Amino acid sequence: MTSMNNIRLIARLDIKGSNLIKGVHLEGLRVLGTPNEFARKYYVQGADEIIYMDAVASLYGRNHLSKILTDAAKDIFIPITVGGGIRSVDDAREILRFGADKVAINTAVVKDPSLISKIAQEFGSQCMTVSIEAKQVALDKWEVLCDNGRERTGIDVVGWSKICARRGAGEILLTSVDREGTRKGFDNSLVRAVSSAVNIPIIASGGMGGSADMISVVESGADALAMADIIHYGRADFISLRKAASDAGLGVRIYDATQSYRN
Amino acid sequence: MTQHKVTVIDYGINNILSVIRALEYLGAQVEVTSDWKTIIKSERLILPGIGAFPRAMEALENLNLVSSIQDFAGRNKPLLALCLGMQLLLDESTEFKPTKGLGLIKGKVNALPEQSIVGSRLKVPNIGWRALSKPKENKDWRSSILRSIEIGDSVYFVHSFMVQPLEKKSVLANIEYGGHLIPAVIEFGNIVGCQFHPEKSGKTGLNIIKNFVFQ
Repeated sequence: MTSMNNIRLIARLDIKGSNLIKGVHLEGLRVLGTPNEFARKYYVQGADEIIYMDAVASLYGRNHLSKILTDAAKDIFIPITVGGGIRSVDDAREILRFGADKVAINTAVVKDPSLISKIAQEFGSQCMTVSIEAKQVALDKWEVLCDNGRERTGIDVVGWSKICARRGAGEILLTSVDREGTRKGFDNSLVRAVSSAVNIPIIASGGMGGSADMISVVESGADALAMADIIHYGRADFISLRKAASDAGLGVRIYDATQSYRN
Repeated sequence: MTQHKVTVIDYGINNILSVIRALEYLGAQVEVTSDWKTIIKSERLILPGIGAFPRAMEALENLNLVSSIQDFAGRNKPLLALCLGMQLLLDESTEFKPTKGLGLIKGKVNALPEQSIVGSRLKVPNIGWRALSKPKENKDWRSSILRSIEIGDSVYFVHSFMVQPLEKKSVLANIEYGGHLIPAVIEFGNIVGCQFHPEKSGKTGLNIIKNFVFQ
């Protein structure tokens, strides 16, 4: 089912320490530069949201991330989601107070699904994004991975999505580990399977090679797309992607990147 | 410069940093408070908010802020309430359990519709950029907080509940959600509520905040 509402074009920035990184299948990480130089560029181009994913926060703590967030809050006025290493209601509160609007959690909610409801009750469902890293294990069957793609769980992605929605998740950031960084297109079957199982928005992530991929994943039920590789390496920008989406008949925010203040 | 001073209520559960940064970016002098006396004395007040209605009311009550916000609003001074803050302006919400609000605008807060007008499934929460439209009954934007905004300009929404004010003419702008008209901006005298997050709505949102600060 195609969304009746505007789809969101989201910039995803994977962070390691103070650097923007990019890998393939969430591995083999390469340093690309300073995260907020990229984030500011995307904001000006008209990105609808920004996601910062701290790739190693669960291992090293998050001092760098708080600096990145504090800096971004000064002049980037679009929604910011932060994931990586968030383990408790207090962790979520800290991240939100640094200027994030939503938290994206994978490992901690797999270990304790009640954390989804706790965060939803405390800050609202709209703050609670469940991050699902999905690896295909059979035809139309995917397994949940944890710890940034390092750990297998044996949990079925579609079943897990339903639990997340029932527990009060506001949306699902659905990353295909198989497609991540490959430019081969989104895993449309994965998106279709999850989107038809739950009634909350799905952000498809992993594999965007060009604007045609954007159209097919929305037709598969995605409400939003997270992009990394394609924008970080400058193969496309938000101005051209927004135009391509609009030309293909997808609802997107009408945004003129040259618009100035009116009085 | 006193006319450009804005007091932002910090009641512990909301992301006020973005609101503060947006105000600073626009050159306003920002005061952050959770003190009832400061609220009463302030000239221009912002009630931000994210999260769940019952929690937010509980936090305001624990800080003894309910009557001071009501008192402030009663003095005809400008009050801007954002997102959940806007919902708190009404009499009551049904989120999780029936909970009384600030009662500054008559009406209720109810869940968003789960079906479009043609019966297809709608995803809730409503997350994303939606275009502002003008209600039939209404109303000129020229003297309002939307005075520099054009019909069709988009702003960022994240919500599962919506306000349903008793007086339809208090709705200044709507959005369309699966064919339903959902109030996006309500205005009742000196009180304005935005369901969206202007502090997260790029240049359009900054313009709206600017119109509040420098009115």
